[in-house]
Amino acid sequence: MIDPFLNNGFMQRALFAGILVSLTCAVVGTYVVLRGMAFIGDALAHGVLPGVAMATILGLPTMLGAAVGAVVMIGGVGLITARSKLSNDTAIGLLFIGLLALGVVLVSSSDSLTGDLEAILFGQFLGVDATDLLVQTIALLAVCAISLYSARPFLLLCFDIDLVRTMGYKAQWYHRLMLLMIAATVVVSFQTVGSLLVFGMLLAPAGVGALLARRIGSMMLWAAGTGVLSTYFGLLASYHFSWAAGASVVLTAVAIFFLTLVFVSVRKSLTLVSA
Amino acid sequence: MTSTAVVARRLAVGYGGRAVLSGIDAYLKAGGSTALVGSNGSGKSTLLKTLAGLLPPVSGALEIMGGAVTEMSHKVAYLSQFHPNGFVLPLCAVDVVRMARYDQRGRWARRSQTDDAIVAESMDMMKISNLGDIPLRDLSGGQQQRVYLAQVLARRAGLLLLDEPTAGLDAPGRAAYMEAMVFERERGAAIVTATHDVAEASTCDRVLLVAGRIVADGPPAIVMTPENLLETFGIGLTKVGDHLVVTEHHHDH
Repeated sequence: MIDPFLNNGFMQRALFAGILVSLTCAVVGTYVVLRGMAFIGDALAHGVLPGVAMATILGLPTMLGAAVGAVVMIGGVGLITARSKLSNDTAIGLLFIGLLALGVVLVSSSDSLTGDLEAILFGQFLGVDATDLLVQTIALLAVCAISLYSARPFLLLCFDIDLVRTMGYKAQWYHRLMLLMIAATVVVSFQTVGSLLVFGMLLAPAGVGALLARRIGSMMLWAAGTGVLSTYFGLLASYHFSWAAGASVVLTAVAIFFLTLVFVSVRKSLTLVSA
Repeated sequence: MTSTAVVARRLAVGYGGRAVLSGIDAYLKAGGSTALVGSNGSGKSTLLKTLAGLLPPVSGALEIMGGAVTEMSHKVAYLSQFHPNGFVLPLCAVDVVRMARYDQRGRWARRSQTDDAIVAESMDMMKISNLGDIPLRDLSGGQQQRVYLAQVLARRAGLLLLDEPTAGLDAPGRAAYMEAMVFERERGAAIVTATHDVAEASTCDRVLLVAGRIVADGPPAIVMTPENLLETFGIGLTKVGDHLVVTEHHHDH
């Protein structure tokens, strides 16, 4: 159970990186789930692809490319909804599919990128280095600081945006701050779990928290616990069965979600029967 | 607390520069209660949102609590008709009511004893003290509405803007609401309610009948005449006790 993590530097770094991603995604994913922002989270996770591809072609840091992709996505959604009567989800869908298509075109037109596509989409859990860990730690601290600073307006945003405004908070400002937090999480996490799978780490652990928690703080704790457990057992499965590490971790998180759903449903049925 | 809650002059309200209700001249004093009565789409909710500072006026002048509406929104408590996220959030009833006190503290300050006392009193007024630790999503629609009303009460605002406040409430819930409104008025708050409930409108000291414009404005006994109600709703209605009875259909000829 613990042997693979004792003397294997790759596994140790992977475990550490996975825990950092889990904790970051637990905080941010809670807001994604509570505000119903899964679609923009998904779109961001996919929309970074052309930025990463372009950065790789130009020899720039991939994280910089991912950040540009995220900014284009958020800015584009704001622009389309401001200049048209189209709904938010239509704007997100258009940009999501447009950026994804652009990313695939860029990757397919460059022979050198074809091999990198898998790493971009599914991450390189076992390839993280000290710099990745440092960046991920900074991201976690930043996300925690923003969440603490904005705890009350963020909670009000999740509850009722009108209440945010009548309380004198700048609703749009906090909405953008939340988007920025989601984008930053996707950008710094894609190198570890990949741009496709980071979305799973945002949703599945927070989904477990939503099923079990009675308060938002405890929802984040349930999400963090689920993410850390998923990382540990996912990496363990990956080690023993030679599965892709990122996919194993996310698969474990999704499996925990469904087990929790069954548990909650059975508990509810038993409560109704005994009542 | 200022003696004037709302001053509107030639006010028009609507969306995207298009007025849905216009010609509003109103002076609402502190401690007064006003019912907005009209059919669906008559502009009641739009007017409430404008008074809350959630929508800009299309035209005209509007003053809330002696200041510009954008600067005074924190002195207003607004109850929306819809709460789309209520069933998703992992929040207990008492947490929802406590939210009302957020703007009374700094960003980091903890709840004061005064905050706790006001929250407890508001929940007591709506008869939900026993529901405090129950998750909001486990409550019935009527119980949730009581929680939202308790949240409005806990704001201790100078102006209460309530959109269909008695929707989903049972008889004890309505009685608790009516008592709470008496308390708020005695405290000096002005109340504006959008409602279809004639009994509720009759308890207000002023009724505005609206149908894209102000059809009539005054005390309920004077305003709610069959002629005015015909013009407001498009069908003939007569107030019998606490109910409206249909007497004739409107014909556009």
